[in-house]
Amino acid sequence: MSGKPRLTYLNGRGRMEPIRWLLAAAGVEFEEVFLQTKEQYDKLIKDGLLLFQQVPLVEIDGMKMVQTRAILSYIAGKYNLYGKDLKERALIDMYVEGISDLMQMILMFPFSPPEAKEKNLDSIKDRATNRYFPVFEKVLKQHGQDFLVGNKFSWADVQLIEAILAVEEKIPAVLSGFPQLQAFKTKISNIPTIKKFLQPGSPRKPPPDDHYVETVLKVFKK
Amino acid sequence: MSGKPKLYYFNGRGKMESIRWLLAAAGVEFEEEFLETREQYEKLLQGGSLLFQQVPMVEIDGMRMVQTRAILSYIAAKYNLYGKDLKERALIDMYVGGTDDLMGFIMMFPFFSAEDKEKQRAFIIQKATSRYFPAYEKVLKDHGQDFLVGNSFSWADVHLLEAILMVEEKKSDVLSGFPQLQAFKARISSIPTIKKFLEPGSQRKPVPDDKYVETVRRVLRMYYDLKPN
Repeated sequence: MSGKPRLTYLNGRGRMEPIRWLLAAAGVEFEEVFLQTKEQYDKLIKDGLLLFQQVPLVEIDGMKMVQTRAILSYIAGKYNLYGKDLKERALIDMYVEGISDLMQMILMFPFSPPEAKEKNLDSIKDRATNRYFPVFEKVLKQHGQDFLVGNKFSWADVQLIEAILAVEEKIPAVLSGFPQLQAFKTKISNIPTIKKFLQPGSPRKPPPDDHYVETVLKVFKK
Repeated sequence: MSGKPKLYYFNGRGKMESIRWLLAAAGVEFEEEFLETREQYEKLLQGGSLLFQQVPMVEIDGMRMVQTRAILSYIAAKYNLYGKDLKERALIDMYVGGTDDLMGFIMMFPFFSAEDKEKQRAFIIQKATSRYFPAYEKVLKDHGQDFLVGNSFSWADVHLLEAILMVEEKKSDVLSGFPQLQAFKARISSIPTIKKFLEPGSQRKPVPDDKYVETVRRVLRMYYDLKPN
């Protein structure tokens, strides 16, 4: 065993992408196993590796972890990206959960029928610009610090930059009303581990395409 | 300010119920403000107390917390229901993730059309008995201890009991293939704080009825039916 965390998922973003981001942000190298067939997935289940028969699966520190949030919380806790006390944790958790609701809309988008896509895109834009981005714009403006919580780089910052970039892929000018977030995006992108993750050749996955959607439907077919 | 946590939500289960369970399990008294009108909700919104314009919202320790999972994690940690170290936390988080998914299916249920309700009920039972209950049955069987994690009462136990009772409301004999869970249910139900919460007159909320659905729809202006996954 290499000692590196091992990620099992499809070869695409989905629910594993925030985990890739957080490990990369923490400077942790990891291995990946990509599910390409239903048979591979069925075998994982048969071998008892998936507590609730689902991926993501992350093998880390002798554990076979499932449930995205559990995995992210563990990584954040282990690599000191979870604030210095219970109250900072609470803020990080609130921010991350909010961003996660926005990311859920983006996650589901490729699987919506063609006729619903325009409406869903409008919803993403509406939520991003009226519900989520204003909150973080205000947080950054009020304390004037570089990071969302406790004047220190944390899981919340990683999750926010992931979300900003994901929304920008769909709505390129989405940050136009948010000067604090523009500055935040630049600052966080320049953190060495993040900068490295944003370069070609990193484990970061591209936006989901038709082939990815096909693979998901094939692997998880009932 | 009384110093007690104050919960802002509808007068019903929804996303707040797990929070009520956890506070009760920890022996923490709390106050509740029930949303009944659109005006109340708009007042909360305008007052800036809902970070993402949503409830649940819990005023606790000088914070206005939103996001159910964040609130639950805070309470669990504060009242020592979150394990003794990072690895026990990880297990608790995993187990709670599972019961959260299962209860999520049930939570949406009242907002489905009549036709989708039948399908969803079958779906809930199928997932409970083939995915979730077997996982917890095995955990308990493998270590033979009274509690899910670290031989110590935790959030994971509270959440699992809540989920079991909810599924039983849909199919009363659903635990028939799960002897460990039957014993678990009896044990956890007799813990004094839990026992008290299960008695009439506690702040536990009843199964959602039409009046509850109508209130939620009216306050949130959510007039469409949800669709099953």
